[in-house]
Amino acid sequence: MSVTGEELAQRLREGDLSAAPAVLNLVESTAPAQRPEIDALLEGVSPAALGGEAAAHVVGITGPPGGGKSSLLSELIGHWRTQGRTVAVLAVDPSSKRSGGALLGDRARIVVDPADRGVLVRSSAAGGRLGGLAPATRAAAHALAAAFDIVVIETVGVGQSETEVAEVADTVVVVVQPGSGDVLQFLKSGIMEIPDVLVVTKADLGPPALRSRRDLNAALRSLGERNTRVVAVSSISPAQGFDELIAALDAHREGLDIATRRLSARRASALADFAAEHGERGLRALGGRRAALKLLDDQDVSYDVPALTRALEAAATA
Amino acid sequence: MMRTYAGHSTAAKSNALYRGNLAKGQTGLSVAFDLPTQTGYDADHELARGEVGKVGVPIAHKGAMAELMDGIPLDTMNTSMTINATAAWLLALYIVVAEEQGIDPKVLQGTTQNDIIKEFLARGTYAFPPEPSMRLIADMVAYTVTEVPRWNPINICSYHLQEAGATPVQEIAYALCNAIAVLDAVRLKLPVESEASDQSLMGTVFSRISFFVNAGVRFIEEHAKMRAMGDLWEQIGRERYGVQDPKHLRFRYGVQVNSLGLTESQPENNVQRIVLETLGVTLGRDARARAIQLPAWNEALGLPRPWDQQWSLRIQQILAFETDLLEYPDIFEGSKVMEGLVEELSAGARSEMAIVEEHGGAVEAVAYMKTALVDSHRQRISRIESGDLVVVGQNAFRESEPSPLAAGEDGGIMTVEQGLEDEAKLALEQWRAARDQSAVDDALAEVRRVAATTENIMPATLAAARAGATTGEWAQALRDTFGEYRAPTGVGEAGAGSRTGAVELEELRDEVARVGEALGRRIKILVGKPGLDGHSNGAEQIAVRARDVGMEVVYEGIRLTPSQIVTSALQEGVHVIGLSILSGSHRELIPLVIEGLSDAGVDAPVVLGGIIPEADAGPLLQAGVAAVYTPKDFDLTRIMRDIVALVAQRNGVGAAGV
Repeated sequence: MSVTGEELAQRLREGDLSAAPAVLNLVESTAPAQRPEIDALLEGVSPAALGGEAAAHVVGITGPPGGGKSSLLSELIGHWRTQGRTVAVLAVDPSSKRSGGALLGDRARIVVDPADRGVLVRSSAAGGRLGGLAPATRAAAHALAAAFDIVVIETVGVGQSETEVAEVADTVVVVVQPGSGDVLQFLKSGIMEIPDVLVVTKADLGPPALRSRRDLNAALRSLGERNTRVVAVSSISPAQGFDELIAALDAHREGLDIATRRLSARRASALADFAAEHGERGLRALGGRRAALKLLDDQDVSYDVPALTRALEAAATA
Repeated sequence: MMRTYAGHSTAAKSNALYRGNLAKGQTGLSVAFDLPTQTGYDADHELARGEVGKVGVPIAHKGAMAELMDGIPLDTMNTSMTINATAAWLLALYIVVAEEQGIDPKVLQGTTQNDIIKEFLARGTYAFPPEPSMRLIADMVAYTVTEVPRWNPINICSYHLQEAGATPVQEIAYALCNAIAVLDAVRLKLPVESEASDQSLMGTVFSRISFFVNAGVRFIEEHAKMRAMGDLWEQIGRERYGVQDPKHLRFRYGVQVNSLGLTESQPENNVQRIVLETLGVTLGRDARARAIQLPAWNEALGLPRPWDQQWSLRIQQILAFETDLLEYPDIFEGSKVMEGLVEELSAGARSEMAIVEEHGGAVEAVAYMKTALVDSHRQRISRIESGDLVVVGQNAFRESEPSPLAAGEDGGIMTVEQGLEDEAKLALEQWRAARDQSAVDDALAEVRRVAATTENIMPATLAAARAGATTGEWAQALRDTFGEYRAPTGVGEAGAGSRTGAVELEELRDEVARVGEALGRRIKILVGKPGLDGHSNGAEQIAVRARDVGMEVVYEGIRLTPSQIVTSALQEGVHVIGLSILSGSHRELIPLVIEGLSDAGVDAPVVLGGIIPEADAGPLLQAGVAAVYTPKDFDLTRIMRDIVALVAQRNGVGAAGV
């Protein structure tokens, strides 16, 4: 691998989407020799280097298996492409605990035009945690956000598992199919964080989808949550509801204090990187997870992820 | 009835083949269509590349159908067509050709396979999503029952389920559930008054459902399977559909005996296997097959030649005319062993059917059944690997004298001529130029209109056939309305690891981990099938085993264009690419993949598996393929070990001695 992190960052800054596969290969690398290159890459796509937060919309899409996420994504990508927006999808699959191996099945289900250079789909394995992120997902999202218009992080799960996605995405979408009561129960009981947009799939079924939408709206109202949009879509031809969904996503992104959201995403990434590298023992040296977060909050807001991670490491060894 | 599944190259060549077979004593036709025709693409579509005329005959329009049937008396012939997603279209072409010869469609006899669920589960030549596919089938059944009354509009196939790894219980259960899904759908399409007033139309529909089953080499159990299926079928007819007439309740089935168990090594042994398998479905009169077609001894090597097919026909003729097989009443009547076996299989099938029913029926349970099949097949393969399941000549008794059968200049198989694709494209162009385009446009617009309603699709389909529309145009009109579909792959949920060979697997996992650490990333492999061939068992097993040894597997499934493979390899950053082809299109498609990868700057090696004749392996290796695996390479763990070593070597991270 002769390309350096700095070169890749520059290509991303110039909007060169063809840099993406090499960028992903680099951020996924666990080889110690690549560590400085990854840092250089992330520094090169930091707000300081970009002159502000990356303009991309980072969308987390999560939901139970079999709920229609892949069909929804295929259709959504098509709509975004029609609007001329470029899309990178980071699809995270659970992997086998036993062998460490993983079947990354989503690629077979997401239908895109292979000749379209404006779409990238990359699959990765979460390491056995349903709904969790793969080790490199956060870094990948930070980096690709510098070049793509939309970065989607897709995870499988429901319940508490969307927390990780929420740490890195600007907008969190939870996808449910009509009649599956889990999400409703999790929402009501407070197990689940309230997503920014709820999507009910299979709207072509009619009444069941409408009923689900009504129930979810009622649950949100009873929780005093009025900002979350509930959208019903059908990915079956003729597709329905996608203009409304895209409008809901855009509206959420526009209403965000993006600087604050991205800052907390970077801090969460740094903590995750630190924890992956130094484990529980490292966290204890910092006085625990809460103390670590407090320490991160006290850092300069212009710090990029490597700088934040270094700050944690310095504090742990001090 | 005796027939052989045949068709290749062009309509004219297949017509000559049919006439030859009929002259040799064959009593019906069994038409094999090429994959573009089966999946609804014309020869000039990107996905048709390399596939035109390969595993069957291309039929693009009524002119080609007329040529295919030239000189064959359609009013007396019994024609079986292996066609599913596009069955309504091919039947329409057949009817139109008959009409143009002045033959009343009411006398036409034959069968369209038309079983879409097994395409989702095992064979892969689907074109539309499940619901509209079932609707097309229901339309055809409802149409033929009154308009082409001697036609069997559907032939429920358990055959391909066994090829995909089904146990006898699974074969019975899934086929019957599939039939139930069809019958439930047709029931809604029948004229209301007749359903309310009398049950006979439903009885007629029930009686027109026939089955196409498989027969493996465990021929006693296979015979019991047929008896169990017959019992259960009768029960379903009585209880679920209120069918009374015993004639309507008869379980009618044809057979193609097992190809899965045929070996590439010592292929002459396949003849014994075929004979024994045939006994399984003929021994007892009460459960005897109506029609039998036998594979050829050299199927695992490549395409059979006319002589190979003749040999298989002679097997049937000797059984029927020389032996005393047909002279006795049912020889198993009163057999306690047979009764016990039947009861055991029936009980197993009933509980499996209940699970499918809980999913909401066969259409809803496709993903469940697919996963179950992948799992069964995985178990079968690990039993062969461990030697628990003996396959003579393959994992036991492997010493062999050189076989004179495969020694000829052609390597003992048929070689399909090149250049067919260009010929077919040219013919298509000429056909389009000569027809009344506005009539075709109108007819296709009508197909689109009807597709969006609940009207029966057949009249508009027949009109499009008469107007001269092509297979690809008709299918595209429906794709525009129904959308495209990718079936579940079943691999994601398949059970992990086998207990047999656990030590070997463990060692290999360590090596995978070592290489992954040295690379900085876990070994990532792309597995997929280029072209239109939907026989995905091999690719699925490779994907599952690669996961079990610890690789990250991007499983892309079937029907990939070379550019899709290249894009995926690039975007996913894979270290190695595993492709599988059984349709014979490797000579065209693989070099395109290799070229595309090199243009895209992807340096991951490509390994190829499938039915690859020995003569083709050399040129493929020269073109840049890193390794070629064929059915004789049954040891998946060994293949995995090769792949890991290949990745290690290509990336300069040394091969440790495993």
